Amino acid sequence: MSAGTPSTLFRDAALVVGKDLRLEWRSRVITSQVLPFAVLVLVLFAFALDPDRRILGEATPGLFWLAVLFSTLLALQRAFAVEAADGVTDALRLSGLDPAGIFLGKAAGIAVHLLALELVLGVGVTFFYGTTPHGPVLLVATCLAATAGLAAVGSLYGVLSAGMRARDTLLPLLLLPVVAPVLIAATQAFAAAYDRSSGEGWRWFGLLVVFALLYLAIGIFAFETLLEES
Amino acid sequence: MEPVVDFRGAVCLLGRFPALAGVDLDVARGEIVLLQGPNGAGKTTVLRACAGLVPVVEGDASVLGVDLRADRRAVRHRVGLLGHASGLYEDLTVADNVRFWARAGRAHDADADAAMARLGLAGRLADVAVARLSAGQRRRTSLAVMVARRPELWLLDEPHAALDQDGRDLVDSLMADAVAAGATVLFASHELDRAQAVAHRTITIAGGTVAVDRSPAGTAAPGAPAPTGAEPAVEPDPEAVVS
Repeated sequence: MSAGTPSTLFRDAALVVGKDLRLEWRSRVITSQVLPFAVLVLVLFAFALDPDRRILGEATPGLFWLAVLFSTLLALQRAFAVEAADGVTDALRLSGLDPAGIFLGKAAGIAVHLLALELVLGVGVTFFYGTTPHGPVLLVATCLAATAGLAAVGSLYGVLSAGMRARDTLLPLLLLPVVAPVLIAATQAFAAAYDRSSGEGWRWFGLLVVFALLYLAIGIFAFETLLEES
Repeated sequence: MEPVVDFRGAVCLLGRFPALAGVDLDVARGEIVLLQGPNGAGKTTVLRACAGLVPVVEGDASVLGVDLRADRRAVRHRVGLLGHASGLYEDLTVADNVRFWARAGRAHDADADAAMARLGLAGRLADVAVARLSAGQRRRTSLAVMVARRPELWLLDEPHAALDQDGRDLVDSLMADAVAAGATVLFASHELDRAQAVAHRTITIAGGTVAVDRSPAGTAAPGAPAPTGAEPAVEPDPEAVVS
């Protein structure tokens, strides 16, 4: 971790997340490519399981988070492709930005995109699968914690694979096994929210919080080294 | 005078290939120094080593008083490097890019706006995405970033490349202004007539070492290898991916 103060850390993080949101505003890649992909995944799940509406309803939490996970891969590839293009990685190294701030900014930008994606997917599962959640607080809390974890671990593996020639195929191979706990815990918490059994769900939510905090801490301390190696 | 760059027997490896094979280099504060030499000689590696991007694995090397072998990252925010790549976000506009990198370097939006005006990027061009710019306009944008950030050491790799006549004249005046403001400039160029007219000193790099170090008057700099009158032959090296 660099020797930046907390104020410079958060200032740099705000600068990076502002830049990433502006990049999306200018390019609309998430809006025009990742979001339609996520909705398409939901629709294809519906086509595959449509003969039995009951199974579709029961599988909603898992299908939702699988769609989020697949979309996360695309969002991460986009987020780190722009940092690897045309000498930007060197410019970041020379910029004076705190590497931990860059990590937090990248993670926050990815998290904002994922939360918007989850909102649309939430409407999608209600519309396509005909399911209604009963624990909105647990649902929202799960989304926040799972998204923080996905964004943190995604930023770590995103920068790690950014400088590699095979990054497009390598990132899913590296990331998917690591985020399996997020998939399991978020699915279980969502299932509890849909089944009116929130007590069990909050335990899974706790696991998501621990995962997110763990990878945020690792990212803050390790991002400088990973940026150097990318 | 205080040395800004002080290399003694500096060795840098690109993979296992010694891109710099024992470079001795002094650059004093306020100097404009031209690096010349054939492709693959090690000019770009010298610039990247000065920026702390390439590790010096043997010898001594300090830039702006920072020992590069001890902590090369510490010097990075104090130098500006204009390389072959633009270092710009393609989907952001010129103004977005210059302001972002200026803020990253603790400069203000006013500095960024002034730099864009100086580089002829104010007005309509400021709102154009970098992806839509010509090579020369991208070069101007990268230069605007450097002007806005006001580094203490300017490291320029072929700064005149892709620029029109006005742009080339502008680069020369930017280097002169930077030095007048207390900065130091080390640049590599193949456009020797123009570059030598701007430079206070010319250093010839060949085979990863300093072959000739001479002032414009033709006298060898103190401590430099004696000029031989002819540049040493350089074996083209297929592994030297950076010129």
